[in-house]
Amino acid sequence: MNLDFSQLGPYIPFLLQGIWITLKFVFVSILIGLILGTLLALCKITRHSILTWFANAYTSIFRGTPLILQLMIIFYAIPQLTGYDIPTFLAAILAFGLNSAAYVSEIIRAGIMAVDKGQVEAAEALGIPYRPMMLNIILPQAVKNILPALMNEFITLTKESAVVSTIGYLDLMRRAQIIGAQLYRNFEPLLVAGLIYWVMVVILTKLGSILERRLRASD
Amino acid sequence: MIKVEQITKVFGKNPVLKNISTTIHQGEVVAIIGPSGSGKSTFLRCLNLLEKPTEGKIYIKDREITDPKVNILEVRKHIGMVFQQFNLFPHMTVLENVTYAPQKVKKLAKGEVEKNAKDLLAKVGLSDKVDSYPSQLSGGQKQRVAIARALAMEPEIMLFDEPTSALDPEMVKEVLDVIKDLAETGMTMVIVTHEMNFAKEVADRVIFIDDGVILEDAEPHQFFNAPKSERAKDFLSKLL
Ligand SMILES: Nc1ncnc2c1ncn2[C@@H]1O[C@H](COP(=O)(O)OP(=O)(O)OP(=O)(O)O)[C@@H](O)[C@H]1O
Ligand SMILES: [Mg+2]
Repeated sequence: MNLDFSQLGPYIPFLLQGIWITLKFVFVSILIGLILGTLLALCKITRHSILTWFANAYTSIFRGTPLILQLMIIFYAIPQLTGYDIPTFLAAILAFGLNSAAYVSEIIRAGIMAVDKGQVEAAEALGIPYRPMMLNIILPQAVKNILPALMNEFITLTKESAVVSTIGYLDLMRRAQIIGAQLYRNFEPLLVAGLIYWVMVVILTKLGSILERRLRASD
Repeated sequence: MIKVEQITKVFGKNPVLKNISTTIHQGEVVAIIGPSGSGKSTFLRCLNLLEKPTEGKIYIKDREITDPKVNILEVRKHIGMVFQQFNLFPHMTVLENVTYAPQKVKKLAKGEVEKNAKDLLAKVGLSDKVDSYPSQLSGGQKQRVAIARALAMEPEIMLFDEPTSALDPEMVKEVLDVIKDLAETGMTMVIVTHEMNFAKEVADRVIFIDDGVILEDAEPHQFFNAPKSERAKDFLSKLL
């Protein structure tokens, strides 16, 4: 086995640009997932059964099918149906954002449900209306359950983001593959890409544990 | 003050309260006693509509609160409740716990509310804990904050659901003393309790509930010395 990283040299800037490309789409996807996921979570805990039904169906579909299939449907099926040639970036953030929303909504719902139901009773007994009760009493406590799990979801999303290479989006993964094809050597670029993913995940994990410690300190 | 007319509460298929009627007058202190699972908490929670009676009517000051048109939040503003597990808001300081509802619900000015809250906390002996968080308090202190929190809404009725059952024995007295002081102010109170001596001493009336039915409704000395039903005799003999 002989590894040769020297030929990789000229391609390094091309590879490193992939970090930004990956982060950009991961960040936008997380944002979509967070906003949509919060809305879905609120649908799940209201007493409006239609909204609850919709949110549960949504979650079931997006968690029950492979992410790569969702990506393919958005990227290939939308043009076929509408004639609109969807750009890879848009397809990527849609697939990842919509998919992440399903997971985020479950995380938020579970976090809210985990708050002691005595808290709701105490608030109700004091005559506090639903909205201030949610905003000032339940959600601040739910956040402590939610944030660590959300951090995990973001980490998973960052890793899984490599799937977008399959629709030709020029992310870190795709770039590693392109370099591999040019050099007829796959191991070195993949190894470097792997290292970069790992560093990103380690940084996110670190941020997560700092956050968690902050939360626990405020108890 | 409170009139309960033939209320029934069914959970699923399980009837927990069966046709209960009673009247509680202004300024009366009523102790609710009975075996575990007999429906004491459910009865108490019907009074502020934390549970909705399946059937029957409840009147508070001649207004039917079980009428579906009634604004439940409005009713609850005038009824304070103290729970076995305290249920303080853990992310708020003691002062915030006590001031939150008057500010949010009654829309009173912050300064006024805080002054009132500090007076109440002084009355329950917690002036030095104003800025503490619930997690820094003992059980007895937590329960006294919970009482102050309920009183801050200036309720006309106070409901207590086993307020001392979650406390270490040495803290029971400090909480009972606060409740006793409150009874002396003429507050209308309904207290579910296992503290028989306390009931004897403080209550004007004892209601004994067994299996969802009021079996006895009497003055304390009568209930404790000469219970009429076999179930009550049995219950009291097991306590000794
Ligand atoms: N939300 C609920 N759903 C279904 N069943 C309930 C509910 N709340 C209470 N029950 C049932 O109703 C019965 C009476 O409960 P309740 O809490 O009123 O009893 P209790 O007299 O307060 O007992 P304890 O002394 O143990 O507190 C119990 O069998 C209980 O399991
Ligand atoms: Mg009970």
